Amino acid sequence: MTIYLDHASTTPLGREAFEAMLPYLTEHWGNPSSIHGSGRRARQGLDEARETVAMLIGAKPREIVFTSGGTESDNLAISGVAWAASARGRHIITSAIEHKAVLQECALLERHGFEVTYLGVDDHGLVDPEAVAAAITDRTVLVSIMAANNEVGTIQPIAEIGSMCRARRVSFHVDAVQAAPFLPIDVNAWQVDLLSISAHKLHGPKGSGALFVRQGTPMVPLLQGGSQERQRRAGTENVAGVVGLAAAFAVTAEEPKRAAENARLTGLRDSLLEGVTAISGIVRTGHPDLRLPNCASVMIDGIEGGDLVAALDLEGIEASTGSACTTGSVEPSHVLLAMGIEPERARGSLRLTFGRENTEADVETTIEAVTRCVARLLAASAAPERAQAPAAMSGAPSV
Amino acid sequence: MSRIVAAMSGGVDSSVAAAMVAGITPDGRPPETAEEVVGVWMRTHPFGGEGWEAKRSCCSPDAADDARRVAQILGIPFFVLNVEDAFGARVIDAFADAYLQGATPNPCQACNQYIKFDELLRRGLAAYGADQVATGHYARIDRIHGRWRLLRSLDANKDQTYFLWVLTQAQLAATRFPLGELSKPQVREIATQLGLPTAAKPESQEICFVPAGDYRALLEERRGYAGEPGPILDAQGATVGTHTGYAHYTVGQRHGLGVALGEAVYVREIRPASNTVVIGARDEIAQSQFMATDRRFVAGEPPAERFEARVRIRHRAPDVACSVTLQGADGLLVETAAPVWAPAPGQAAVLYDGDECLGGGRIAHRDAATAA
Repeated sequence: MTIYLDHASTTPLGREAFEAMLPYLTEHWGNPSSIHGSGRRARQGLDEARETVAMLIGAKPREIVFTSGGTESDNLAISGVAWAASARGRHIITSAIEHKAVLQECALLERHGFEVTYLGVDDHGLVDPEAVAAAITDRTVLVSIMAANNEVGTIQPIAEIGSMCRARRVSFHVDAVQAAPFLPIDVNAWQVDLLSISAHKLHGPKGSGALFVRQGTPMVPLLQGGSQERQRRAGTENVAGVVGLAAAFAVTAEEPKRAAENARLTGLRDSLLEGVTAISGIVRTGHPDLRLPNCASVMIDGIEGGDLVAALDLEGIEASTGSACTTGSVEPSHVLLAMGIEPERARGSLRLTFGRENTEADVETTIEAVTRCVARLLAASAAPERAQAPAAMSGAPSV
Repeated sequence: MSRIVAAMSGGVDSSVAAAMVAGITPDGRPPETAEEVVGVWMRTHPFGGEGWEAKRSCCSPDAADDARRVAQILGIPFFVLNVEDAFGARVIDAFADAYLQGATPNPCQACNQYIKFDELLRRGLAAYGADQVATGHYARIDRIHGRWRLLRSLDANKDQTYFLWVLTQAQLAATRFPLGELSKPQVREIATQLGLPTAAKPESQEICFVPAGDYRALLEERRGYAGEPGPILDAQGATVGTHTGYAHYTVGQRHGLGVALGEAVYVREIRPASNTVVIGARDEIAQSQFMATDRRFVAGEPPAERFEARVRIRHRAPDVACSVTLQGADGLLVETAAPVWAPAPGQAAVLYDGDECLGGGRIAHRDAATAA
C-alpha cells in the first residue's frame, strides 16, 4: 500500500469534480463561444463555474480569468500587468522565495528593461511587509508575493502587504496556488488585485486554473487570437477543466468542514514533524506556526534529498524534495537559500505534504521509514569508497 | 528477494541488461521468483548550453528520456541519480589533468572505477536498498575457490574488461554483467523483440562530456589551460616544428602535427615540464618494455612477484605475451615478447591469463621505464 505524502505537488481528482466534469467530456461538448444550442449548453457550465469560483474568493464573476493552471496565471499576472502599466513605470517587487512561474517571468521582464526588486525573507521564510512598503517607488507597477510557500509552507502576512500596496496605489498579485486548498480567501479583505489558483492542487483536474483580475486592473493578454475571457485569454475554454476546478474548489472551501480538516491535518503534520525531527541530524524548515496545515518540511544533514525520496518510494512512501523535479538536478532550493541555509545543507531537503486520505497510521509508518532510510543513507555516505580500498600487495621488493 | 539496481544509460546494451536481470524475455514476463529491479540513470553533468542540446551521448537529456521509456516498457521503477559532483572531480577533472601531465586520459575506466562501481554502488544501493548493480558491460564474472574472477566476454569483439580491470573483489561481488555471454547482434535482437525504443540506437563513440570531441575547450574551461606554442622535436632532438601546447597532444597521435618529413610520424613522447612534443617514425615508437604504476589485481594480490601473462595497452588492441615483474610499492615492469606500439602514459596496461583479467597498472612516462 502506497502512502501518498506529496499533495503539494498534486492531489487525486475528487469524486465531486470528476462527476461534475463528466457531462462536459461526453454530451456537453460544445464550444462556449458558439451561438447554437450545443454552444449555449457549454457556455452555461462555464458561466456557472465562473460564478462559483468568484463567490469562493469574494470576487465578481467578470473578474475571473480561466487559464491552463497556476503557471499561466502567474505568468499572466506578472507580464499582463507589467506591460499594460509600462508607460507609468517599469518596476516590480517580488520575493526571493516565489515559485519559478513568478521568478522566471520577472527575469524575462528584466531582460526587457524592467527593474525587479527581490525581497529577502527571514530564516522562517517570512516576508516583512515594511520591506515591501520601503521598496515601493513612483515607478513601481506591481508587487507579487505568494500567500503560502510551496516548499516550506510558510504563510505570508498578505493582508498587511495588501494594505501597503493599496495605500501606494500599486497592483498587488498573490500566488495562492498552495494556499487555496486551506486558507479562506477574500480578495477584498486581503486587498489584492490579482490572485492565482490551480485546480489540481485542490483535488481538481490538471491543466486548469484561474486568475482573479480586479476590475480596473490594466492587463494585456499573453495569448492572442480570440475574444474569450473578456480578451484577457484567447483560446477555446477548457470547459470540463473549468467545471472541475469550480466543483473541487467548492468542496474544499466548504465550512466548517475545512476548518475541521485543517485541524486534523495540523495534528498529522505536527506528529510527523515531532517524530522525524527527533532523528539526529533532521531539522524542521519553515515557520513553526505560520505554515500550511498539511506541510511538513525538513532537511537532513549529509544526504541528498533526491536519494531519500527514492529510498522512501521503494518503501511505499511518496514524498518530495520540495519541488517536483525529475531530471535529477541538485541545484539547492532557492527558497532554502533565501532563508539563509547553506547550499550543502539545503540539498538534504524533504517535503511531506498530507491530504484528505492520510491517517494517523500513515504518520507512524512514515516516521519508521524515514528513520530506516536516513540511517541507511548516512551509513553509505560515511563508508569508505570501495574503489579507494588499497589493492592488497604481497610485499615485493623491486628487482 | 533481493533487489538489483540496473544502471541504464539510455543505450541498447544497458536496456537489455536491465531486461535480463528483471527476467524479462521476448517469451514473456518474469516468474514470481524474479528479482526486483530498479532502473537508475545517472546524471553526470548539468544540462543546458548549446553543446548538450544537439548532442546524443549517454549523458544527455535525450538519453534520460530513452532510459525512462525502456524502464516503463519493462515495468520497473526508474530514478535519476545525480552524480555530478563525483563525476566532475573523478572523471572530468581527472581527464583534464591527464592531458596536463602529458598523459592520455582514460575516462571510461575512471567512470567505472569511481562512478558506476563506487558512487552508484555505495550511494545508489543505500538509496534503493539493493544488494547489486547490473550494467550493460560486455564482460563476465565467476567465482572459484571463494574468489571472484573478471573474465572477457564471449564476444571477443565487444569485450570491455579493458575498462574494468580496476574492480575489486568487493565490487565484483556486488556486480552483474548480464550481457557477458551475448554478442551485440543478439543484444539488438532481444531489444527488438522486446520492442525497446533503443534497439537500433547507434553506438556512442565520443566521450560523453566532450561535445563534438573538442577537449581543448574543456582544458581551458576546467583548468585554465589555453596552450602555449612549443617545439616539436624528432627522435634525434632536432626541432622540426611548432605545436600549440603540449596538452593538446597524446602519445601515438598522428594527425594535426603540422610536420612534413616525407614519412608518417607520430607523437612519441610528451614532456610537460619543457612544453615539448617528441615525434618519431612508426618503428621508433614501439617498445618492448615499459613501466606501469598504480598496480591493482582483481584477486586482491598478484599471482607472483614475476609471472607470465598477456598484456593489452589500449582498447581493442591485440594483446601480446609478456613477463611482468613487480616493482616497488605499486609498480610493474612489463616486458613484451614482441614490441607493442606506442604505450601511452596514463592508459592502462591490462593483464590477462587466458580469458581471465588479472588486473594491471597505468602506463608510466617513458623516462620511468628507462630509469628502471
